[in-house]
Amino acid sequence: MQFSTGTLTDIASAFKRISLVGALGWQDVRQRYRRSALGPFWLTISMGIMIGTIGLVFGKLFNSPMVEFLPFLAAGIILWTFISSVVTEGCSEFVSAQGIIKQLPIPLFVHTLRMIWRNCIILFHNIIIFPVVLLVLGGSFNANVIFVVPGFLLLLVNLAWLGLMLGVVCARYRDLPQIVSSALQVLFYLTPIIWMPKLLPERAGSFILDFNPVFHLIEVVRSPLLGQVPSFDNWLVSTFLAVSGWVVAIFFYGRYRKRLPYWL
Amino acid sequence: MTVIDFKNASVDFPIYNAGGRSLKKRLMQVATGGQISADGQGRVIVRALEDLSFEFSEGECVGLVGHNGAGKSTLLRVLSGVYSPTEGEVSIRGAVGSLIDISLGIDQEATGRENIYIRGALLGLSRRKIDAALDNIIDFAELGDFIDMPVRTYSSGMHLRLAFSVSTIVRPDILIMDEWLSVGDEGFKQKAESRMSELVSSSKIVVIASHSKDLILNMCNRAIWLEHGRIRMDGSASDVCSAYFGG
Repeated sequence: MQFSTGTLTDIASAFKRISLVGALGWQDVRQRYRRSALGPFWLTISMGIMIGTIGLVFGKLFNSPMVEFLPFLAAGIILWTFISSVVTEGCSEFVSAQGIIKQLPIPLFVHTLRMIWRNCIILFHNIIIFPVVLLVLGGSFNANVIFVVPGFLLLLVNLAWLGLMLGVVCARYRDLPQIVSSALQVLFYLTPIIWMPKLLPERAGSFILDFNPVFHLIEVVRSPLLGQVPSFDNWLVSTFLAVSGWVVAIFFYGRYRKRLPYWL
Repeated sequence: MTVIDFKNASVDFPIYNAGGRSLKKRLMQVATGGQISADGQGRVIVRALEDLSFEFSEGECVGLVGHNGAGKSTLLRVLSGVYSPTEGEVSIRGAVGSLIDISLGIDQEATGRENIYIRGALLGLSRRKIDAALDNIIDFAELGDFIDMPVRTYSSGMHLRLAFSVSTIVRPDILIMDEWLSVGDEGFKQKAESRMSELVSSSKIVVIASHSKDLILNMCNRAIWLEHGRIRMDGSASDVCSAYFGG
């Protein structure tokens, strides 16, 4: 039991170093876009173009009305980009911070938070596209948009344990990131992002959607954006994942936290 | 109470070659019942520190001597809390400040001012504390208007002055150094020396690794001689120096 209290202290002290997380996260974003006039908005532009193109092609292909399909697609792709880059970069969070880890006794969870914060900054740039799409198509938000807040927090809690665990495992086994990126590609097609769930035949639909955790995690943020309330199942699965994921992560992290600097 | 206590502490480094780190090898090993592990796993263990026991208490300034590869740097990292011992126990009470690499975290593309905030945050200073110390740091580094220029435009002297000025504003209980920090030209050197002495005298325990006999004799009241990761001698600075350096 002793190691798990140490682990909780480590995670709590990472939150105490929140100004370090903020500084490093901003620095990462600045570093990527230094000396470029538009900075991170380049991402926004290229994502806007991608959403427009996919929207045009798949909207025609699926014969979906643009007013319905394009906001769905925009919200989905923006959220998926956020989730998948957190997962991918989670694999390298400790390896790329090895200079710091080997010199200063900073709680390791700081590096997970830094990675998540950096991607939040980029998400906040990208999310601008969504209201623009709504505006152009004449749609609007309704009161249900307020559910975005708990939904997004729930998503963050889930990404935090996942990022922490992936970071630890990938520091030890260096070819795991390749497996993770292939898995992400499969998940991208299995999850309704560029296709709408209602296009699935009834039975296949319930199978593909209900057992896909990513679907529930995206849904708790996406459906309020589209004016709906996430279903009870969406909340239930996401909360269950958050709690069970953290329980496993705390034991796992507690077991390997002290070994990690030796692997770098 | 600031104390450092080592009880039979050892540090083993696992050395993974490309094979040892791959999941394929690991799975193969499980599939074949671990039979190919003899040649396949490639896991070598290097013992960097072996069975160290000592206690540092307040007021001690400890010099570490030993040849390259004797384990000085590893010991400094254990002392700063980066590595936990693989065997034995280490307890460190007090805030540790490490001046092992003062340039760590400095971003070439960022301005001097931005770097002060990043470096300060790494050292555990809050934003407010950095705000308060900012003018002092900039003055001390003698950077003038260059403070708002990217660090890549700095001369190496300016770079070091900046790193030095930020890194020495912390006041830890336990100070850890790898060699004495000495930076800049004659004028700056004197300022730096007095800043360093101030830092050393405000710390309760100081541990410094050095190859300089004079430094250890002048500064330390205790010295430890490491050889192949083991303590060869632990005693007063003058005794250890005369044994290690001879004469």
